[in-house]
Amino acid sequence: MTVNDIKNLLEAEVLSGEEHLDREVHTACGSDMMSDVLAFVKDQSVLLTGLCNPQAVRTAEMLDIVCIVFVRGKMPDDSIIELAKERDIVLLSTGMRMFPACGILYTNGLRGGADN
Amino acid sequence: MSDTIKLTYNISAEDFTRAGEASSDVKSKLKKMGISPDAVRKVSIAMYEGEINMVIHADGGKIDVEISPKDITMILADKGPGIKDIEQAMQAGFSTAPDKVRSLGFGAGMGLPNMKKYSDDMKIETEIGVGTTVTMKVNF
Repeated sequence: MTVNDIKNLLEAEVLSGEEHLDREVHTACGSDMMSDVLAFVKDQSVLLTGLCNPQAVRTAEMLDIVCIVFVRGKMPDDSIIELAKERDIVLLSTGMRMFPACGILYTNGLRGGADN
Repeated sequence: MSDTIKLTYNISAEDFTRAGEASSDVKSKLKKMGISPDAVRKVSIAMYEGEINMVIHADGGKIDVEISPKDITMILADKGPGIKDIEQAMQAGFSTAPDKVRSLGFGAGMGLPNMKKYSDDMKIETEIGVGTTVTMKVNF
């Protein structure tokens, strides 16, 4: 699945990284707790989160996460978008809640990023 | 030993939004040096969790990083409250972080377990009321 597929499936708005929409995503993780994300995420993942602060982008950076989807219509401020641009991380925002957003991606073939 | 690179970062606790800048800097340096992505990821996660811990629990501190051709050593020293029970603190899910920290996406009780998981060697020296020093090593 590509980032663009995620954008379409979740009817999401692109906030940064328009030029990286063709990137492949292999796994996904949905969490508002960044330490849980740091514990379990694998390669080339997308992160779905309701946490709208710079640490969401930092966490993504440490894990080489290619795309963050802010759920429940959350909109990051300019400093967060700027940080993501510097790190080449795609930011999407969807009005969907966490559970349906994860469910739609799962139904379309994306799997969890957990090690165990 | 002339190949060893030494870096020092002062970690401020005043601005939570800046937490992670030191880890980010180390990550980009390791990438440029051509270190394997797997090792870079381990270092990034371990150091980032440590950096966050210093901000959350210890009012900041200092991180010394030594990069040799074989490995990286990160020494995170703070003058925080110290850890009362290390064994308990190492348990996944145990946290003393205030609710405010949880609203920022941390405090799930995974910080120290993650640091242990992603480093090849970790040592904690702590004294109540004096501070904590965590030394982590990741082999390349």
